Amino acid sequence: MPAYKRPSSLMPMTTGYCPGCLHALGTRLVADAIDELNQQQNAINVVSVGCSALNLYSWNGDDIGAAHGRAPAVATGIKRCLPDRLVFTYQGDGDLAAIGLAEIMSAANRGENFTVIFANNQTYGMTGGQMAPTTLIGQKSTTTPFGRDPQTTGYPLKMCELIATLEAPVFVARYALNTPKGVSDAKKGIKKAFELQLAGKGFTFIELLTNCPTNWGMSPLQTLDYMDTNTIPYFKPGIYKDTEVQG
Amino acid sequence: MEKRFMKGCEAIAEAAVRGGCRFFAGYPITPQNEIPEYLSWRLPEVGGAFVQGESEVASINMVYGAAATGTRALTSSSGPGISLKAEGISYLASAQLPAVIVNISRGGPGLGSIQPAQSDYLQATKALGHGGFRTMVFAPATLQEAVDLTYNAWEYAERDRNPVLILMDGCLGAIMEEVELPPMKELSTENTEDWSLAKVGGRTDNHMITPILPEPALEMLNKFKGFTYKGWEFSDVKVEEYLLEDAEYVVVAYGIAARVAKEAINNLREEGYKVGMIRPITLYPFPKASLDNLDYSKVKGIIDIEMTIPAQMRDDIELQVKGRCPVHEYGRSGGMLLDDEGVYEAISNIVKEGE
Repeated sequence: MPAYKRPSSLMPMTTGYCPGCLHALGTRLVADAIDELNQQQNAINVVSVGCSALNLYSWNGDDIGAAHGRAPAVATGIKRCLPDRLVFTYQGDGDLAAIGLAEIMSAANRGENFTVIFANNQTYGMTGGQMAPTTLIGQKSTTTPFGRDPQTTGYPLKMCELIATLEAPVFVARYALNTPKGVSDAKKGIKKAFELQLAGKGFTFIELLTNCPTNWGMSPLQTLDYMDTNTIPYFKPGIYKDTEVQG
Repeated sequence: MEKRFMKGCEAIAEAAVRGGCRFFAGYPITPQNEIPEYLSWRLPEVGGAFVQGESEVASINMVYGAAATGTRALTSSSGPGISLKAEGISYLASAQLPAVIVNISRGGPGLGSIQPAQSDYLQATKALGHGGFRTMVFAPATLQEAVDLTYNAWEYAERDRNPVLILMDGCLGAIMEEVELPPMKELSTENTEDWSLAKVGGRTDNHMITPILPEPALEMLNKFKGFTYKGWEFSDVKVEEYLLEDAEYVVVAYGIAARVAKEAINNLREEGYKVGMIRPITLYPFPKASLDNLDYSKVKGIIDIEMTIPAQMRDDIELQVKGRCPVHEYGRSGGMLLDDEGVYEAISNIVKEGE
């Protein structure tokens, strides 16, 4: 049993995430996978805008800050010039599924050989809890104070399902980080995505269902229950595309 | 030197490759499509990468990523597309990344027209994006000048760790002229290895490229950038001064407007009128001294000629003239071209009225 210690890709400092935020866990899983694949020196973290921008200074490795929603475009430029590096973006739902919808769909459709880690907490955390493209029907936010109404705001976007319709992506999967099993599965999925990238297989997409105690207005433990009863029934965890398995 | 008869856009593309460009991303827009079309086959020939982006927004951000690796990266567009790239250009400036942006300009504002115009002077020189940064702006008037400026653009971009803009109207993008092509530059990591994401020399320290900084650091960066921009005025101004010695009337024009104006000036000289011209080659840094140092006991008027209405360079001119003589303007706009007769008549009317 290896000792449980801080992954080498994380600086010995606090992350800046709120107490109980699963973002910190998601970041840690990415760092763990990089350690296990011995890629700390080879990885390039393309940091996006939102709470995920907090990773910029706490990441121990090469990293670059991208404009809001543009991380897949930035990663495209990097990977085309440095094809041997392990390149990944770490994006939230507002960044990836609203302002960056064109960039994520197009990068996925081109089959760019990098990995996208998508943290879906159904809110704009950094700006104070506005409605996200993934906010659930009926879920309250600062811009849907009476709950999200599909008549005027449409429905939560299912990114894994959308991306799995494309030809080029090789691995598309969603994991929920509110249970130990979900965490364990997510770690395996992230590692698999990185391995596929290192083998030059193509575009890989990992969605992590996370929480936001601060903007959901709940205790951390309440958010885990909320995820079980509300988030997971709508955003179903699972592997949506795996071309290696399908042959 | 290799001589070739080339179209403007293709000459720029070839000069970029010879100047070390190994990455291009762009989105189709008239009148610059020959640049991406040329580079789509030319870059792979030299081991470079070409990406047709899903938008101008994506393309400038691909350039941002490529530039971060120390690769000489290029994007090109025209007015409406440059507006879309504005955010990304501001990020390049903030993250101190070198890259080259080409604007083959057309009629504006809005979707405007696809015909040539010089309608983007203010955008290019005052606010190419949010946040208060500057870039050097090169404005060639011949294809040879376009080749030479493009070939060396990354030297400035890497020296200053700042994007460089080449502003050239649709006329110059479309015409064909003979150009001398310089040799292929040797690729080097010398100017970029200290900060780029590439692993050079087995480095093990982290390199962070960031467009966001803690407030005191951001203020310090802005002060540093301010010194850089000031330095350009002393070391990097490029200007053509034409028949200024005895000039009583001085035309100020750049790019295609300067070519048309030169023809009119030559005709007026033959008629005995003392007309000269200041042609900014760098629109930023603006050739302030050329205007400030004119002998205003002789000069009776300045004539700003631009292929845009209203004239956009006029404010920069008046800041140097300081009321010492009248400033006139003449132009065409919206994709309607300047022609020899119109420009001759405009200058001639002002000059002959002053007799």
